[in-house]
Amino acid sequence: MPMTKFKRIIKGGFINFKRGGIVSWAAVLVVTITLCVITLIILFQAVLHFSLDQVENKVDVTVYFTVGAPEDQIQALKTSLEQMPEVASVDYTSADDALALFRTRHENDYPTIQALDEIGENPLGGYLNIKAKQVSEYGDIANFLQSDNVLSLNSASIIDKVDYNQNELVIDRLNTIISNGQKLGFLITLILIIISIIVTFNTIRLTIFISKEEIGVMGLVGASRMHIRGPFMIAGAIYGILATIITLLLFWPATLWLGHNMTAFLGINMYDYYLASFFQIFTILLLSGILLGVISSFLAVRKYLNK
Amino acid sequence: MIYFNNVSKIYKDATALLDITFTVEAGEFVSIVGHSGAGKTTLTKMILAEENPTDGTVFFESINVHKLKSKDLTKLRRRIGVVFQDYKLLSNKTAYENIAFAMEAVGKTEEEIASDVPHVLELVDLSHRVSHFPHEMSGGEQQRLAIARAIINQPELIIADEPTGNLDPVNTHEIVQILKKINDLGTTVILTTHNRGVIDSLNKRVITMENGKIIRDTKTSK
Ligand SMILES: Nc1ncnc2c1ncn2[C@@H]1O[C@H](COP(=O)(O)OP(=O)(O)OP(=O)(O)O)[C@@H](O)[C@H]1O
Ligand SMILES: [Mg+2]
Repeated sequence: MPMTKFKRIIKGGFINFKRGGIVSWAAVLVVTITLCVITLIILFQAVLHFSLDQVENKVDVTVYFTVGAPEDQIQALKTSLEQMPEVASVDYTSADDALALFRTRHENDYPTIQALDEIGENPLGGYLNIKAKQVSEYGDIANFLQSDNVLSLNSASIIDKVDYNQNELVIDRLNTIISNGQKLGFLITLILIIISIIVTFNTIRLTIFISKEEIGVMGLVGASRMHIRGPFMIAGAIYGILATIITLLLFWPATLWLGHNMTAFLGINMYDYYLASFFQIFTILLLSGILLGVISSFLAVRKYLNK
Repeated sequence: MIYFNNVSKIYKDATALLDITFTVEAGEFVSIVGHSGAGKTTLTKMILAEENPTDGTVFFESINVHKLKSKDLTKLRRRIGVVFQDYKLLSNKTAYENIAFAMEAVGKTEEEIASDVPHVLELVDLSHRVSHFPHEMSGGEQQRLAIARAIINQPELIIADEPTGNLDPVNTHEIVQILKKINDLGTTVILTTHNRGVIDSLNKRVITMENGKIIRDTKTSK
């Protein structure tokens, strides 16, 4: 018996959708617009994250060692840095490597090479290149380098300088920009989504307002709440499913165009990103679309189901 | 079966029912007559709990109709078939679907629906209008569809509010015969009408209303 009821409700939903005609398609259109807003936000977030990652990757802290600093002390410092939860990676460039790098960089600069040869010994110290997981964590790492922990390792003497202090201002600013950017992005997303939901809800409510009297009559002939509501909710789900398909179809050529023409500007190929996250986007849109349609219908019918 | 106790219904600017007390026994055929605006439709609305009374109580057997929770009210309504004065057909459904919907509401199977609907449509002479929507049907056809919907589930009580108002004498006679037959099979019938001829041909109990009050209650028996 529940199976029969279920089938009837599904069938009723399709009939409602079909007989709704232009009104049903208006609802699909509005849900489509909402889903387009959501997709745009997803793509925009991708660009934002990609750019922020790019910028973040350019930031690092370098610890320069004094000339002739003992290798074991450097390794000890490196190990303790690597154990910090804030640290993403530590790259060690030894004094010899630094010299080799210097030589290749100045290959064609004969006077410099000659001067270097004249000194006879390596005038350069090694250095550690530290990347934090978050930009905001560089302060902690710099503090650590100045703390007693490091001193107790007896490495204070081997540190020539830490370039955090020179970069501190830039890093701080970047940090503020990134966190504000994320906050603003979140706020705009929230506002846009709320507006879309309100518009969609009201449109679906209008489609059901047309059936206001029928809903009352159904109650008078003894139909249960689910029997009355079900088909409207299914029609709502159909709006969501159709809107998902339309949105996905619309964004295919749109991202293709962006990928062809805007990759340099955005720093990321939108078409590749769209294809790579297709399943994820599809799932988000389908769930949002169906939930939006079903919940709006549910609430709208409830209004006319008084007794 | 139905018990009205001092029921009054007062709208903002109109008194539709005033201190109505009467009883309908199971198996009775009761006609309610009265001028337009006398309160006949309002009285039927009380039984279905379509509206709440301003004062008084209405019982269906031992159930206080206006105290019911929505779920139980739905169950009660499944036991009553109603021909509404304004038909109240589902405008978005065909003649067939209108009847089928009422059957689905009481939980009939697909097989029962497939076999019963054509039958009842034939009974009210609508076999040729199966897939018409209400707005594609004449007033009389709509009225007969409303009657078909009211009787399809073999309810314990049929309330027919002016069910012959839009019908020609032949159709009127047929509908009255159907109601009479259903009543003979044990169903309680409450009929409101303006049609003197109908009442005379029935020769059953007649309640006369005026300005929201019952002014006469004549129990005629054959
Ligand atoms: N919803 C309402 N709001 C205000 N007044 C109402 C409402 N419904 C009915 N009335 C008034 O109540 C009175 C009784 O109405 P009712 O519909 O019961 O009359 P009736 O006997 O069925 O008339 P008719 O024979 O024309 O169908 C009328 O005066 C009507 O104007
Ligand atoms: Mg009336």
